[in-house]
Amino acid sequence: MNDLTAHPDRRASEASRFPAHAAEGLAGTSFKHEHLPAILAAGRQHCFFEVHAENYMGAGGPPHDALTRIRRDYPVSLHGVCMSIGGPQPLDKAHLGRFKSLIERYEPALVSEHLAWSTHETTFYNDLLPLPYTPATLTRVADHVSEVQEAIGRPILMENPSTYVLFAESTMSETAFLRELVRRTGCGLLLDINNVFVSATNHGYSALDYLADFPLEHVGEIHLAGHAEQSDDEGERLLIDSHDGPVANAVWKLFDRVIGQTGPIPTLVEWDSAIPEWPVLKAEAEAAQAILDRHAGGTRRGKVHAVG
Amino acid sequence: MRSAEQHGQAAAPFSYADDFSPALLDPEQAPPAVVCGPNGKAAKKRYNVYRNNVTVSLTDALAAVFPATQRITGRDFFRAMARFHVRSTPPTSPLLFEYGRDFPDFIERYEYAQQMPWLADVARIERAWLDAYHAADAEPLKAETLAGVAPERLADVVLTPHPSTRILRSRFPAVSIFAANRGDGPVGPIEATGPEDALVTRPHLEVIVRRLPPGGAIFLTHLVGGEPLGEAVAAALEENPQFDLPANIAGMIAAGAFTAIGGDGNDGR
Repeated sequence: MNDLTAHPDRRASEASRFPAHAAEGLAGTSFKHEHLPAILAAGRQHCFFEVHAENYMGAGGPPHDALTRIRRDYPVSLHGVCMSIGGPQPLDKAHLGRFKSLIERYEPALVSEHLAWSTHETTFYNDLLPLPYTPATLTRVADHVSEVQEAIGRPILMENPSTYVLFAESTMSETAFLRELVRRTGCGLLLDINNVFVSATNHGYSALDYLADFPLEHVGEIHLAGHAEQSDDEGERLLIDSHDGPVANAVWKLFDRVIGQTGPIPTLVEWDSAIPEWPVLKAEAEAAQAILDRHAGGTRRGKVHAVG
Repeated sequence: MRSAEQHGQAAAPFSYADDFSPALLDPEQAPPAVVCGPNGKAAKKRYNVYRNNVTVSLTDALAAVFPATQRITGRDFFRAMARFHVRSTPPTSPLLFEYGRDFPDFIERYEYAQQMPWLADVARIERAWLDAYHAADAEPLKAETLAGVAPERLADVVLTPHPSTRILRSRFPAVSIFAANRGDGPVGPIEATGPEDALVTRPHLEVIVRRLPPGGAIFLTHLVGGEPLGEAVAAALEENPQFDLPANIAGMIAAGAFTAIGGDGNDGR
Protein backbone atom coordinates (compact mmCIF):
# COMPACT_ATOMS: atom_id res chain seq x y z
CA MET A 1 0.00 0.00 0.00
CA ASN A 2 1.66 3.23 1.07
CA ASP A 3 3.53 4.64 4.04
CA LEU A 4 0.31 5.74 5.75
CA THR A 5 -0.50 2.14 6.52
CA ALA A 6 1.40 2.26 9.78
CA HIS A 7 -0.63 5.25 10.94
CA PRO A 8 -3.95 4.95 9.12
CA ASP A 9 -5.55 7.76 11.10
CA ARG A 10 -2.78 10.27 10.56
CA ARG A 11 -4.08 13.09 8.43
CA ALA A 12 -1.73 14.53 5.87
CA SER A 13 -2.56 18.01 7.14
CA GLU A 14 -1.52 17.21 10.70
CA ALA A 15 1.18 19.41 12.21
CA SER A 16 4.78 18.25 11.93
CA ARG A 17 5.82 15.29 14.01
CA PHE A 18 7.78 15.59 17.20
CA PRO A 19 11.54 14.97 17.19
CA ALA A 20 12.39 11.29 17.65
CA HIS A 21 13.92 11.57 21.13
CA ALA A 22 15.09 8.14 22.36
CA ALA A 23 15.07 7.00 26.00
CA GLU A 24 18.11 4.72 25.65
CA GLY A 25 20.43 4.89 28.63
CA LEU A 26 18.34 7.54 30.38
CA ALA A 27 16.75 7.86 33.78
CA GLY A 28 13.42 9.70 34.04
CA THR A 29 10.61 10.70 36.33
CA SER A 30 6.85 10.75 36.41
CA PHE A 31 5.65 14.00 34.83
CA LYS A 32 3.52 16.06 37.21
CA HIS A 33 1.87 19.26 36.00
CA GLU A 34 2.88 21.18 39.12
CA HIS A 35 6.51 20.60 38.10
CA LEU A 36 6.14 22.07 34.60
CA PRO A 37 7.33 25.62 35.45
CA ALA A 38 10.39 24.25 37.30
CA ILE A 39 11.20 21.84 34.46
CA LEU A 40 10.94 24.57 31.83
CA ALA A 41 12.98 26.98 33.96
CA ALA A 42 15.76 24.42 34.48
CA GLY A 43 16.44 24.22 30.74
CA ARG A 44 16.99 21.10 28.71
CA GLN A 45 17.99 18.16 30.90
CA HIS A 46 19.26 14.66 30.30
CA CYS A 47 16.18 12.60 31.19
CA PHE A 48 12.80 11.33 30.03
CA PHE A 49 9.28 11.71 31.38
CA GLU A 50 6.50 9.21 31.88
CA VAL A 51 2.79 10.03 31.91
CA HIS A 52 -0.27 8.00 32.77
CA ALA A 53 -2.14 7.67 29.50
CA GLU A 54 -5.60 8.14 31.04
CA ASN A 55 -4.78 11.66 32.23
CA TYR A 56 -4.44 12.75 28.59
CA MET A 57 -7.61 11.19 27.24
CA GLY A 58 -9.66 14.38 27.47
CA ALA A 59 -10.41 16.28 24.26
CA GLY A 60 -8.18 19.29 24.93
CA GLY A 61 -7.11 21.84 27.49
CA PRO A 62 -4.05 22.28 29.72
CA PRO A 63 -3.09 18.56 29.94
CA HIS A 64 -2.43 18.38 26.19
CA ASP A 65 -0.70 21.73 26.21
CA ALA A 66 1.68 20.58 28.97
CA LEU A 67 2.40 17.20 27.39
CA THR A 68 3.06 18.84 24.02
CA ARG A 69 5.65 21.15 25.61
CA ILE A 70 7.34 18.21 27.33
CA ARG A 71 7.24 15.97 24.26
CA ARG A 72 8.96 18.60 22.10
CA ASP A 73 12.12 18.44 24.21
CA TYR A 74 12.12 15.01 25.84
CA PRO A 75 11.47 11.34 25.20
CA VAL A 76 8.08 10.43 26.66
CA SER A 77 6.96 7.10 28.02
CA LEU A 78 3.22 6.46 27.79
CA HIS A 79 2.16 4.29 30.71
CA GLY A 80 -1.35 2.84 30.54
CA VAL A 81 -2.93 2.18 33.91
CA CYS A 82 -6.55 1.25 33.15
CA MET A 83 -6.66 -1.12 30.15
CA SER A 84 -7.55 -4.03 32.46
CA ILE A 85 -5.48 -6.42 30.33
CA GLY A 86 -5.43 -8.96 33.17
CA GLY A 87 -9.21 -9.06 33.44
CA PRO A 88 -11.36 -11.91 32.15
CA GLN A 89 -13.71 -9.74 30.12
CA PRO A 90 -13.04 -8.34 26.64
CA LEU A 91 -11.00 -5.15 26.42
CA ASP A 92 -12.93 -1.87 26.28
CA LYS A 93 -12.72 -1.01 22.58
CA ALA A 94 -13.38 2.69 23.16
CA HIS A 95 -10.53 2.82 25.68
CA LEU A 96 -8.21 0.97 23.31
CA GLY A 97 -9.14 3.50 20.61
CA ARG A 98 -8.22 6.39 22.91
CA PHE A 99 -4.90 4.72 23.76
CA LYS A 100 -4.14 4.28 20.07
CA SER A 101 -4.97 7.94 19.35
CA LEU A 102 -2.60 9.12 22.07
CA ILE A 103 0.23 7.02 20.65
CA GLU A 104 -0.39 8.45 17.19
CA ARG A 105 -0.50 11.98 18.55
CA TYR A 106 2.56 11.90 20.80
CA GLU A 107 4.75 9.15 19.27
CA PRO A 108 6.10 8.03 22.66
CA ALA A 109 9.50 6.39 22.99
CA LEU A 110 8.06 3.74 25.32
CA VAL A 111 4.56 2.28 25.72
CA SER A 112 3.57 0.10 28.64
CA GLU A 113 0.65 -1.45 30.56
CA HIS A 114 0.13 -3.70 33.58
CA LEU A 115 -0.34 -7.38 34.33
CA ALA A 116 -3.47 -6.57 36.35
CA TRP A 117 -7.14 -5.68 35.98
CA SER A 118 -9.11 -2.65 37.12
CA THR A 119 -12.55 -2.91 35.50
CA HIS A 120 -15.04 -5.72 36.01
CA GLU A 121 -18.47 -5.77 34.43
CA THR A 122 -19.26 -2.05 34.45
CA THR A 123 -17.31 -0.89 37.50
CA PHE A 124 -13.92 0.80 37.30
CA TYR A 125 -12.10 0.12 40.61
CA ASN A 126 -9.11 2.43 40.04
CA ASP A 127 -6.63 -0.09 41.42
CA LEU A 128 -4.32 -2.69 39.89
CA LEU A 129 -6.03 -5.91 40.95
CA PRO A 130 -4.40 -9.35 40.89
CA LEU A 131 -5.15 -12.43 38.80
CA PRO A 132 -4.40 -16.14 39.18
CA TYR A 133 -1.55 -17.45 37.05
CA THR A 134 -2.86 -20.47 35.13
CA PRO A 135 -2.63 -21.72 31.52
CA ALA A 136 -6.17 -20.41 30.97
CA THR A 137 -5.51 -16.89 32.27
CA LEU A 138 -2.22 -16.83 30.34
CA THR A 139 -4.10 -17.50 27.11
CA ARG A 140 -6.60 -14.75 27.89
CA VAL A 141 -3.93 -12.19 28.83
CA ALA A 142 -1.90 -13.09 25.72
CA ASP A 143 -5.00 -12.51 23.56
CA HIS A 144 -5.47 -9.10 25.20
CA VAL A 145 -1.81 -8.11 24.74
CA SER A 146 -1.95 -9.17 21.09
CA GLU A 147 -5.14 -7.16 20.59
CA VAL A 148 -3.49 -4.04 22.03
CA GLN A 149 -0.33 -4.50 19.97
CA GLU A 150 -2.32 -5.01 16.78
CA ALA A 151 -4.37 -1.90 17.47
CA ILE A 152 -1.38 0.35 18.13
CA GLY A 153 0.95 -1.26 15.60
CA ARG A 154 3.88 -1.71 17.99
CA PRO A 155 4.91 -3.91 20.93
CA ILE A 156 4.13 -2.89 24.49
CA LEU A 157 6.00 -3.48 27.72
CA MET A 158 4.04 -5.39 30.37
CA GLU A 159 4.74 -4.55 34.02
CA ASN A 160 5.04 -7.06 36.86
CA PRO A 161 2.60 -6.13 39.66
CA SER A 162 2.87 -5.51 43.39
CA THR A 163 0.58 -8.05 45.04
CA TYR A 164 -0.76 -8.55 48.55
CA VAL A 165 -2.64 -11.84 48.11
CA LEU A 166 -2.11 -15.11 46.25
CA PHE A 167 -4.70 -17.22 44.42
CA ALA A 168 -4.98 -20.82 45.57
CA GLU A 169 -5.69 -21.83 41.97
CA SER A 170 -2.41 -20.41 40.54
CA THR A 171 -0.27 -23.13 38.95
CA MET A 172 2.47 -20.96 37.42
CA SER A 173 5.02 -18.59 38.93
CA GLU A 174 4.74 -14.94 37.93
CA THR A 175 8.11 -15.11 36.15
CA ALA A 176 7.07 -18.21 34.17
CA PHE A 177 3.79 -16.48 33.30
CA LEU A 178 5.58 -13.35 32.04
CA ARG A 179 8.21 -15.35 30.15
CA GLU A 180 5.50 -17.29 28.30
CA LEU A 181 3.53 -14.08 27.67
CA VAL A 182 6.59 -12.61 25.94
CA ARG A 183 7.09 -15.77 23.88
CA ARG A 184 3.49 -15.85 22.70
CA THR A 185 2.92 -12.17 21.97
CA GLY A 186 6.33 -10.65 21.30
CA CYS A 187 5.69 -8.03 23.97
CA GLY A 188 8.50 -6.67 26.10
CA LEU A 189 8.59 -6.26 29.87
CA LEU A 190 8.63 -3.35 32.24
CA LEU A 191 10.51 -4.56 35.30
CA ASP A 192 9.28 -2.71 38.39
CA ILE A 193 11.97 -3.47 40.95
CA ASN A 194 10.01 -1.92 43.79
CA ASN A 195 7.13 -4.25 42.90
CA VAL A 196 9.55 -7.19 42.96
CA PHE A 197 10.72 -6.20 46.42
CA VAL A 198 7.18 -5.54 47.71
CA SER A 199 5.76 -8.83 46.38
CA ALA A 200 8.78 -10.86 47.51
CA THR A 201 8.50 -9.45 51.04
CA ASN A 202 4.73 -9.94 51.12
CA HIS A 203 4.87 -13.51 49.91
CA GLY A 204 8.04 -14.64 51.67
CA TYR A 205 10.34 -15.36 48.74
CA SER A 206 13.69 -13.90 47.76
CA ALA A 207 13.70 -10.90 45.41
CA LEU A 208 17.06 -12.12 44.07
CA ASP A 209 15.59 -15.52 43.20
CA TYR A 210 12.71 -13.79 41.42
CA LEU A 211 15.12 -11.61 39.44
CA ALA A 212 17.32 -14.62 38.62
CA ASP A 213 14.26 -16.21 37.02
CA PHE A 214 13.04 -13.02 35.31
CA PRO A 215 13.64 -12.82 31.53
CA LEU A 216 15.85 -9.72 31.79
CA GLU A 217 16.74 -9.85 28.09
CA HIS A 218 13.16 -8.71 27.33
CA VAL A 219 13.12 -5.74 29.70
CA GLY A 220 12.65 -2.43 27.89
CA GLU A 221 12.12 -0.22 30.93
CA ILE A 222 12.63 -0.30 34.70
CA HIS A 223 10.49 1.33 37.38
CA LEU A 224 11.70 2.37 40.82
CA ALA A 225 9.44 3.81 43.52
CA GLY A 226 8.95 4.19 47.23
CA HIS A 227 6.81 1.87 49.34
CA ALA A 228 5.09 2.03 52.72
CA GLU A 229 5.02 -0.54 55.48
CA GLN A 230 2.05 -2.14 57.25
CA SER A 231 1.52 -5.55 58.82
CA ASP A 232 -0.45 -8.63 57.81
CA ASP A 233 -2.88 -10.70 59.92
CA GLU A 234 0.05 -12.51 61.54
CA GLY A 235 1.73 -9.23 62.51
CA GLU A 236 4.47 -9.62 59.93
CA ARG A 237 5.68 -6.96 57.50
CA LEU A 238 3.33 -6.21 54.60
CA LEU A 239 4.71 -3.70 52.09
CA ILE A 240 2.44 -1.35 50.16
CA ASP A 241 3.33 -0.01 46.71
CA SER A 242 2.51 3.57 47.69
CA HIS A 243 4.66 5.72 45.33
CA ASP A 244 4.73 8.39 48.03
CA GLY A 245 8.37 8.59 49.04
CA PRO A 246 11.99 8.01 48.05
CA VAL A 247 13.22 4.70 46.64
CA ALA A 248 14.26 2.30 49.44
CA ASN A 249 17.91 1.28 49.86
CA ALA A 250 17.11 -2.39 49.26
CA VAL A 251 15.49 -1.45 45.94
CA TRP A 252 18.53 0.63 44.89
CA LYS A 253 20.75 -2.39 45.59
CA LEU A 254 18.60 -4.70 43.49
CA PHE A 255 18.58 -2.09 40.72
CA ASP A 256 22.38 -1.85 40.77
CA ARG A 257 22.66 -5.63 40.45
CA VAL A 258 20.17 -5.80 37.57
CA ILE A 259 21.90 -3.01 35.62
CA GLY A 260 25.30 -4.62 36.32
CA GLN A 261 23.94 -7.66 34.57
CA THR A 262 22.02 -6.05 31.70
CA GLY A 263 23.76 -2.74 31.07
CA PRO A 264 21.72 0.51 30.98
CA ILE A 265 17.94 0.26 30.55
CA PRO A 266 15.62 3.33 30.58
CA THR A 267 14.74 3.73 34.25
CA LEU A 268 11.90 5.70 35.73
CA VAL A 269 11.44 6.95 39.28
CA GLU A 270 7.69 7.02 40.03
CA TRP A 271 6.26 9.39 42.60
CA ASP A 272 2.47 9.78 42.45
CA SER A 273 1.36 10.78 45.93
CA ALA A 274 2.73 13.31 48.46
CA ILE A 275 4.59 14.69 45.44
CA PRO A 276 7.72 16.66 46.43
CA GLU A 277 9.25 19.72 44.79
CA TRP A 278 10.83 19.01 41.42
CA PRO A 279 14.48 19.06 42.68
CA VAL A 280 13.73 16.21 45.12
CA LEU A 281 12.25 14.01 42.41
CA LYS A 282 14.99 15.01 39.96
CA ALA A 283 17.64 14.00 42.53
CA GLU A 284 16.14 10.49 42.65
CA ALA A 285 16.40 10.29 38.85
CA GLU A 286 19.99 11.55 39.03
CA ALA A 287 20.83 8.76 41.48
CA ALA A 288 19.40 6.25 39.00
CA GLN A 289 21.30 7.92 36.15
CA ALA A 290 24.58 7.58 38.08
CA ILE A 291 24.03 3.83 38.37
CA LEU A 292 23.13 3.54 34.67
CA ASP A 293 26.25 5.52 33.71
CA ARG A 294 28.50 3.46 35.97
CA HIS A 295 27.46 0.30 34.12
CA ALA A 296 27.43 1.83 30.63
CA GLY A 297 29.92 0.28 28.24
CA GLY A 298 30.32 -2.73 30.52
CA THR A 299 28.00 -5.63 29.91
CA ARG A 300 26.34 -5.54 26.53
CA ARG A 301 22.85 -6.80 26.76
CA GLY A 302 21.43 -9.00 24.04
CA LYS A 303 18.76 -6.58 22.97
CA VAL A 304 15.68 -8.40 21.77
CA HIS A 305 13.08 -5.66 21.62
CA ALA A 306 13.11 -2.42 19.77
CA VAL A 307 11.78 -0.02 22.36
CA GLY A 308 12.21 3.22 20.47
CA MET B 1 -23.47 -26.95 24.99
CA ARG B 2 -26.44 -28.28 26.92
CA SER B 3 -24.62 -29.28 30.08
CA ALA B 4 -24.81 -26.49 32.62
CA GLU B 5 -22.13 -28.22 34.67
CA GLN B 6 -19.78 -28.35 31.70
CA HIS B 7 -20.44 -24.71 31.02
CA GLY B 8 -19.69 -23.86 34.64
CA GLN B 9 -16.38 -25.70 34.51
CA ALA B 10 -15.37 -23.95 31.35
CA ALA B 11 -16.04 -20.58 32.95
CA ALA B 12 -14.28 -21.38 36.24
CA PRO B 13 -10.77 -20.22 35.22
CA PHE B 14 -12.25 -16.78 34.65
CA SER B 15 -14.41 -16.45 37.74
CA TYR B 16 -11.63 -14.73 39.71
CA ALA B 17 -12.92 -11.19 39.05
CA ASP B 18 -16.47 -12.25 40.01
CA ASP B 19 -15.04 -13.65 43.23
CA PHE B 20 -12.62 -10.84 43.99
CA SER B 21 -14.63 -7.71 43.23
CA PRO B 22 -17.91 -7.74 45.26
CA ALA B 23 -16.27 -7.12 48.64
CA LEU B 24 -14.07 -4.29 47.33
CA LEU B 25 -16.78 -1.69 47.88
CA ASP B 26 -18.64 -3.49 50.65
CA PRO B 27 -16.91 -3.50 54.04
CA GLU B 28 -19.57 -5.87 55.44
CA GLN B 29 -18.57 -8.68 53.07
CA ALA B 30 -15.92 -11.24 54.00
CA PRO B 31 -12.76 -11.28 51.85
CA PRO B 32 -13.05 -13.68 48.90
CA ALA B 33 -12.28 -17.32 49.68
CA VAL B 34 -10.18 -17.71 46.52
CA VAL B 35 -7.29 -15.63 47.86
CA CYS B 36 -4.82 -16.39 50.63
CA GLY B 37 -1.44 -15.39 52.03
CA PRO B 38 1.71 -17.50 51.52
CA ASN B 39 2.14 -20.75 53.49
CA GLY B 40 -1.42 -20.81 54.77
CA LYS B 41 -1.39 -17.22 56.07
CA ALA B 42 -4.69 -15.37 56.31
CA ALA B 43 -5.68 -12.78 53.73
CA LYS B 44 -8.01 -10.45 55.62
CA LYS B 45 -5.61 -7.54 56.10
CA ARG B 46 -3.99 -8.36 52.78
CA TYR B 47 -7.31 -8.09 50.94
CA ASN B 48 -8.05 -4.92 52.87
CA VAL B 49 -5.12 -3.26 51.09
CA TYR B 50 -7.09 -3.51 47.83
CA ARG B 51 -10.31 -2.45 49.54
CA ASN B 52 -8.56 0.58 50.99
CA ASN B 53 -6.86 1.46 47.68
CA VAL B 54 -10.20 1.40 45.86
CA THR B 55 -12.20 3.41 48.38
CA VAL B 56 -9.48 5.93 49.25
CA SER B 57 -8.39 6.55 45.65
CA LEU B 58 -11.97 7.09 44.47
CA THR B 59 -12.70 9.36 47.45
CA ASP B 60 -9.51 11.27 46.57
CA ALA B 61 -10.76 11.52 42.99
CA LEU B 62 -13.98 13.19 44.17
CA ALA B 63 -12.00 15.51 46.45
CA ALA B 64 -9.89 16.52 43.44
CA VAL B 65 -12.98 17.32 41.34
CA PHE B 66 -14.81 19.17 44.17
CA PRO B 67 -12.21 21.14 46.18
CA ALA B 68 -14.49 24.09 47.06
CA THR B 69 -17.21 21.70 48.18
CA GLN B 70 -14.69 19.99 50.46
CA ARG B 71 -13.48 23.34 51.77
CA ILE B 72 -17.03 24.32 52.71
CA THR B 73 -17.88 21.05 54.48
CA GLY B 74 -14.46 20.34 55.97
CA ARG B 75 -12.38 17.30 55.11
CA ASP B 76 -13.97 14.71 57.40
CA PHE B 77 -17.54 15.61 56.43
CA PHE B 78 -16.63 15.58 52.75
CA ARG B 79 -14.84 12.23 52.88
CA ALA B 80 -17.68 10.55 54.75
CA MET B 81 -20.16 11.89 52.19
CA ALA B 82 -17.90 10.95 49.27
CA ARG B 83 -17.38 7.43 50.64
CA PHE B 84 -21.14 6.84 50.64
CA HIS B 85 -21.26 7.97 47.03
CA VAL B 86 -18.23 5.90 45.97
CA ARG B 87 -19.82 2.77 47.43
CA SER B 88 -23.26 3.35 45.92
CA THR B 89 -22.15 4.84 42.58
CA PRO B 90 -18.60 3.76 41.67
CA PRO B 91 -17.19 4.99 38.35
CA THR B 92 -18.06 3.19 35.15
CA SER B 93 -15.34 4.84 33.05
CA PRO B 94 -11.57 4.45 33.51
CA LEU B 95 -11.31 8.21 32.95
CA LEU B 96 -11.54 9.60 36.48
CA PHE B 97 -12.01 13.16 35.20
CA GLU B 98 -15.44 11.96 34.07
CA TYR B 99 -16.32 10.79 37.60
CA GLY B 100 -18.69 12.63 39.95
CA ARG B 101 -21.45 13.60 37.52
CA ASP B 102 -24.04 12.14 39.90
CA PHE B 103 -22.38 13.57 43.00
CA PRO B 104 -24.21 16.96 43.09
CA ASP B 105 -27.59 15.17 43.00
CA PHE B 106 -26.33 12.86 45.74
CA ILE B 107 -25.34 15.90 47.83
CA GLU B 108 -28.82 17.34 47.36
CA ARG B 109 -30.31 14.16 48.88
CA TYR B 110 -27.59 13.57 51.49
CA GLU B 111 -29.17 13.70 54.92
CA TYR B 112 -26.37 15.56 56.66
CA ALA B 113 -26.04 18.24 53.95
CA GLN B 114 -29.61 19.49 54.25
CA GLN B 115 -28.40 22.52 56.26
CA MET B 116 -26.40 23.64 53.21
CA PRO B 117 -28.96 23.73 50.39
CA TRP B 118 -26.51 25.65 48.15
CA LEU B 119 -23.83 22.96 48.38
CA ALA B 120 -25.10 20.88 45.44
CA ASP B 121 -25.04 23.93 43.16
CA VAL B 122 -21.46 24.74 44.17
CA ALA B 123 -20.61 21.12 43.28
CA ARG B 124 -22.39 21.53 39.92
CA ILE B 125 -20.19 24.52 39.12
CA GLU B 126 -17.10 22.49 40.06
CA ARG B 127 -18.15 19.59 37.84
CA ALA B 128 -18.73 22.06 34.96
CA TRP B 129 -15.31 23.62 35.69
CA LEU B 130 -13.62 20.24 35.07
CA ASP B 131 -15.65 19.62 31.91
CA ALA B 132 -14.52 22.99 30.61
CA TYR B 133 -10.90 22.20 31.58
CA HIS B 134 -10.86 19.02 29.45
CA ALA B 135 -13.12 20.26 26.63
CA ALA B 136 -11.83 20.44 23.07
CA ASP B 137 -9.75 23.51 22.22
CA ALA B 138 -11.28 26.11 19.89
CA GLU B 139 -10.67 29.75 19.00
CA PRO B 140 -13.36 31.95 20.55
CA LEU B 141 -15.55 34.25 18.45
CA LYS B 142 -14.05 37.71 17.92
CA ALA B 143 -16.06 40.84 18.64
CA GLU B 144 -15.23 42.12 15.13
CA THR B 145 -16.85 39.09 13.54
CA LEU B 146 -20.15 39.81 15.24
CA ALA B 147 -19.78 43.54 14.58
CA GLY B 148 -19.44 42.75 10.88
CA VAL B 149 -22.98 41.38 10.64
CA ALA B 150 -25.42 43.73 8.89
CA PRO B 151 -27.86 45.18 11.46
CA GLU B 152 -30.93 43.87 9.61
CA ARG B 153 -29.54 40.32 9.75
CA LEU B 154 -28.53 40.41 13.42
CA ALA B 155 -31.78 38.95 14.78
CA ASP B 156 -31.30 35.85 12.62
CA VAL B 157 -27.73 35.15 13.67
CA VAL B 158 -27.11 31.69 15.14
CA LEU B 159 -23.89 31.08 17.11
CA THR B 160 -21.73 27.97 17.54
CA PRO B 161 -21.03 27.36 21.24
CA HIS B 162 -17.46 26.83 22.39
CA PRO B 163 -16.96 23.17 23.46
CA SER B 164 -16.18 24.34 27.01
CA THR B 165 -19.31 26.49 27.51
CA ARG B 166 -21.59 25.53 30.41
CA ILE B 167 -24.46 27.54 31.97
CA LEU B 168 -25.69 26.78 35.48
CA ARG B 169 -28.59 28.37 37.34
CA SER B 170 -28.87 28.43 41.10
CA ARG B 171 -31.57 29.55 43.53
CA PHE B 172 -28.66 30.46 45.83
CA PRO B 173 -25.56 32.68 45.54
CA ALA B 174 -23.65 29.60 44.36
CA VAL B 175 -21.17 31.52 42.19
CA SER B 176 -20.10 33.79 45.06
CA ILE B 177 -19.77 30.80 47.40
CA PHE B 178 -17.81 28.86 44.77
CA ALA B 179 -15.48 31.80 44.13
CA ALA B 180 -14.84 32.38 47.83
CA ASN B 181 -13.96 28.74 48.49
CA ARG B 182 -12.20 27.60 45.35
CA GLY B 183 -8.75 29.01 46.09
CA ASP B 184 -6.40 28.70 49.04
CA GLY B 185 -6.85 32.29 50.23
CA PRO B 186 -8.96 33.39 53.18
CA VAL B 187 -12.73 33.13 52.82
CA GLY B 188 -14.18 36.59 53.46
CA PRO B 189 -17.80 37.21 54.36
CA ILE B 190 -20.15 36.40 51.47
CA GLU B 191 -22.55 39.34 51.11
CA ALA B 192 -24.64 37.87 48.28
CA THR B 193 -27.98 36.33 49.23
CA GLY B 194 -29.97 36.11 46.00
CA PRO B 195 -29.98 33.56 43.19
CA GLU B 196 -26.97 33.48 40.89
CA ASP B 197 -26.32 32.03 37.44
CA ALA B 198 -22.89 30.91 36.27
CA LEU B 199 -21.21 30.91 32.89
CA VAL B 200 -18.26 28.51 32.74
CA THR B 201 -15.89 28.77 29.75
CA ARG B 202 -12.31 28.05 28.77
CA PRO B 203 -11.47 30.19 25.73
CA HIS B 204 -7.75 29.41 26.06
CA LEU B 205 -5.93 27.57 28.90
CA GLU B 206 -7.69 29.17 31.89
CA VAL B 207 -11.16 28.14 32.99
CA ILE B 208 -13.35 31.22 33.66
CA VAL B 209 -16.39 31.17 35.96
CA ARG B 210 -18.53 34.34 35.68
CA ARG B 211 -21.69 35.42 37.43
CA LEU B 212 -24.22 36.25 34.73
CA PRO B 213 -26.19 39.51 34.72
CA PRO B 214 -30.02 39.42 34.94
CA GLY B 215 -31.51 37.49 32.02
CA GLY B 216 -28.07 36.33 30.93
CA ALA B 217 -28.64 32.65 31.63
CA ILE B 218 -31.86 32.43 29.63
CA PHE B 219 -30.25 34.45 26.80
CA LEU B 220 -27.20 32.17 26.58
CA THR B 221 -29.20 28.98 27.05
CA HIS B 222 -31.25 29.88 23.99
CA LEU B 223 -28.15 30.72 21.97
CA VAL B 224 -26.34 27.56 23.00
CA GLY B 225 -29.50 25.65 22.08
CA GLY B 226 -29.13 26.94 18.52
CA GLU B 227 -31.85 29.58 18.53
CA PRO B 228 -31.32 32.86 16.68
CA LEU B 229 -30.21 35.97 18.52
CA GLY B 230 -33.60 37.69 18.16
CA GLU B 231 -35.40 34.86 19.92
CA ALA B 232 -32.76 34.66 22.66
CA VAL B 233 -33.19 38.38 23.32
CA ALA B 234 -36.99 38.05 23.43
CA ALA B 235 -36.78 35.18 25.90
CA ALA B 236 -34.35 37.11 28.11
CA LEU B 237 -36.55 40.23 28.10
CA GLU B 238 -39.58 38.15 28.95
CA GLU B 239 -37.82 36.76 32.00
CA ASN B 240 -36.24 40.04 32.99
CA PRO B 241 -37.26 43.42 31.49
CA GLN B 242 -33.96 44.89 32.69
CA PHE B 243 -31.99 42.58 30.38
CA ASP B 244 -29.09 44.62 28.99
CA LEU B 245 -28.25 43.32 25.50
CA PRO B 246 -24.95 45.20 24.86
CA ALA B 247 -23.57 44.22 28.28
CA ASN B 248 -24.54 40.57 27.79
CA ILE B 249 -22.99 40.42 24.32
CA ALA B 250 -19.80 42.03 25.60
CA GLY B 251 -19.72 39.52 28.47
CA MET B 252 -20.22 36.47 26.30
CA ILE B 253 -17.50 37.63 23.87
CA ALA B 254 -15.06 38.31 26.72
CA ALA B 255 -15.81 34.88 28.20
CA GLY B 256 -15.29 33.14 24.85
CA ALA B 257 -18.65 31.35 25.07
CA PHE B 258 -18.97 30.96 21.29
CA THR B 259 -16.63 30.17 18.44
CA ALA B 260 -18.35 31.27 15.25
CA ILE B 261 -21.44 32.56 13.54
CA GLY B 262 -23.51 29.72 12.12
CA GLY B 263 -25.14 26.74 13.69
CA ASP B 264 -22.75 24.14 12.29
CA GLY B 265 -21.20 21.96 14.94
CA ASN B 266 -23.91 22.93 17.40
CA ASP B 267 -24.49 19.92 19.61
CA GLY B 268 -27.45 21.42 21.40
CA ARG B 269 -25.83 21.59 24.82
